[in-house]
Amino acid sequence: MRNINISKICLSLAAALLLVGIASAQDSHIKEPNVTGHADAGKPLYYRYCWGCHGARGDGNGENAPYVTPTPRNFVQATFKCRSTPTGTLPQDQDLYNTLVRGFNFTNMPSWAALTAQNRADLVAFIKTFSPRWKTEKPGDPIPIPAEPKLTIESMKHGGELFQKLECWKCHGQEGRGDGPSASTLTDSNDQPIRPFNFTTSNRSKCGRTNQDLYRIFMTGVDGTPMPSFADVVKPEDAWDLVHYLRTLQYNSPSPELALWMSTKEGHDIVEAKKVYNTNTGSGINP
Amino acid sequence: MERWSPRRGKDSLARVCTILGYVLFVFAILLVDCRPAAAIPAFARKYGMPCSACHLAWPMLSPFGQQFKDNGYQMGNERDAPIFQQAAYWPVTFRITPYWHRESTDKAQVDGPNGPGSAEAQSTVHGFDWSGLDFHVAGTLANNYSFYILPSSDNTGAFHFESVWARLDNLFGSSWVNVKLGKFELDNLLSEKRILTLSANGGFYQNYHFQPLVAPGVTESLYTFGIGDNQVGVEWMGHSKNDRTRVSASLLSSTDGQPGLPTSSSYDGFFAASQAFEWGSFGLQRVGAFAYLGQASTYFAQNLTTTTPVGTDLNGVPVNSTTTAGLPGTGTGLQSFRRYGLVGQFYIKKFDITPMYFHGSDSAFLGTNTASNTPLPAGGRSPSWNGALFESHYTLSPQLIFINRYELIRMSQQAFSTNPGNLGNIDSLVFGVRYYPFINARAGFAYHAEYAIVRQRGASPVTATDLTNSSLLFGFDFDF
Repeated sequence: MRNINISKICLSLAAALLLVGIASAQDSHIKEPNVTGHADAGKPLYYRYCWGCHGARGDGNGENAPYVTPTPRNFVQATFKCRSTPTGTLPQDQDLYNTLVRGFNFTNMPSWAALTAQNRADLVAFIKTFSPRWKTEKPGDPIPIPAEPKLTIESMKHGGELFQKLECWKCHGQEGRGDGPSASTLTDSNDQPIRPFNFTTSNRSKCGRTNQDLYRIFMTGVDGTPMPSFADVVKPEDAWDLVHYLRTLQYNSPSPELALWMSTKEGHDIVEAKKVYNTNTGSGINP
Repeated sequence: MERWSPRRGKDSLARVCTILGYVLFVFAILLVDCRPAAAIPAFARKYGMPCSACHLAWPMLSPFGQQFKDNGYQMGNERDAPIFQQAAYWPVTFRITPYWHRESTDKAQVDGPNGPGSAEAQSTVHGFDWSGLDFHVAGTLANNYSFYILPSSDNTGAFHFESVWARLDNLFGSSWVNVKLGKFELDNLLSEKRILTLSANGGFYQNYHFQPLVAPGVTESLYTFGIGDNQVGVEWMGHSKNDRTRVSASLLSSTDGQPGLPTSSSYDGFFAASQAFEWGSFGLQRVGAFAYLGQASTYFAQNLTTTTPVGTDLNGVPVNSTTTAGLPGTGTGLQSFRRYGLVGQFYIKKFDITPMYFHGSDSAFLGTNTASNTPLPAGGRSPSWNGALFESHYTLSPQLIFINRYELIRMSQQAFSTNPGNLGNIDSLVFGVRYYPFINARAGFAYHAEYAIVRQRGASPVTATDLTNSSLLFGFDFDF
């Protein structure tokens, strides 16, 4: 009798542990702000806000998907563009959360800042239930971002040299307009045509607008697109130089880098030569 | 009069049960029809999002929808300008509601022994009907230039402009500077234009339109105003990026939204502010306050005399009819009226409740229908009142919402000290349910059922006793 009781207790404990394990796999842990999301709470939110594009099964085949460019994310594949983790790895929960706060510029994915932090964390937890990868793999470790070095003219010029050396121009174009010689040939992991980022249109990229965001994109790559990770081939200080240079291409978006660049005659002449006046089309994007 | 008997009582009970059974059966069928609910589907079509993203249940906004609206109908992802749409995209939505309804009043004015209109009697009418037609035309003209035009008809097809405005959004790159010009809905946290109930007695907020009785059976006649009415003017509105903080101030013509400056050339002011905060897993909570400071003319400085030939007399001399009316825009003798309120929106998971406190007052001249260039009648004074509203919803899913509302209005000071203290007091109760059989990014449809009952003290037309009106409505509310 006593043995049976112990067996029952052990079985119950094992079952409880298993349930806890499953439950934690369906949770999300957000550090900033400190909140834990739950998949069961995220489910009704997903079917209120998200399924029209991302699909009832999270496969990116919602009924609006045919009319949405670029195509909605396929959560079953669990390939995410904006991560703090190395290329090929799963993102941190915080990365997915930040994406919900930020939205994706130049796409149909809006910012969900109007929702509560708890709502967003719950959505992250539910999104993770679509792919088996979240059960078999752990998210990658965030790549370190060293402190930004002091901004100098030399740093920007060196960044310009790297822009040539690393052949960024092949896709992004010499002036960063997203019109390089390879641009028209690029496709994403769904074989859909994809256009490289046009730096002149905005200082807000899909994965954020700060210098740290630019650095991170450069080092992690944008999975699911032709934009590779340069973590293995570029030293951190060189990556920062490149970030500083890229800011000078955003001549419609004031920044310390652009201000410093334009304080030089060379920089001023280059930027002024690019600018086109009195052509406001009302699109919010300057030519 | 037939007397009640136990047998007849059982028969009646059986009949009620049978009817209830049919109603439940019909609702069960509707509920089973669960295909995998919009207010302006033109926006849904533009952005490819389901209506449920912007609407808790359309037309009521969700916090996300409110942010979208406050941001000038923009998602803010550099794809809002029309240049990014297919050239064939046309930002138009229509909405109309065919329905069956039953309207009942316990004291309708009817002919009596003392002549026409000298008696009161119960009156009930019912039948099939339809609402007016709304044509919503709204969107962006360019990045940070939004607009909204709403030609709206009554159910005879006679149109008027319910809304006409353009807005400069995010001026100087700041979400705190948005300027709107035209005819628009006041920045009411509890929006009457997005009300979930439709019936004659439940389709508006009593507190938003209440004007006190001057005396038993006598209504205010010098001005008409409803804080729920769209007004004409200019509005500054600001909000935080995530829309948690919202403030607005409006300068408005004192016309209650009527075109052509029909009364005076004076101006009113409206101010509103609200703050939202997150409360754990319950959701977003919001509290706010508003104030309307208005004035209305009590007489016209100039009168317009119109002479119209009506024929000739027996001697062949032309006979004219002469009418005199105030010259539009020359209303003067301005007197003030005030409306203040506190409002909250509280969410507890699928349940939400909106409580509102309301205070109103009119000047003694407005309250007693007296031109301000004449002395006040004896005992005349400024009427004031307090009101409250509790509207709750249970959103079982984006497809099904249950609605309940209770409003009360209590006079705190009558226009005349001789009036009964409770003259004009109102109690209103509304129940409703809306079921949206489908949710997509193209169109919207709702099965709508509603019952509303309103009682006003001392308002019956002949005997000045309590008046009770009720509405029952079943309809198909749809837009595309």
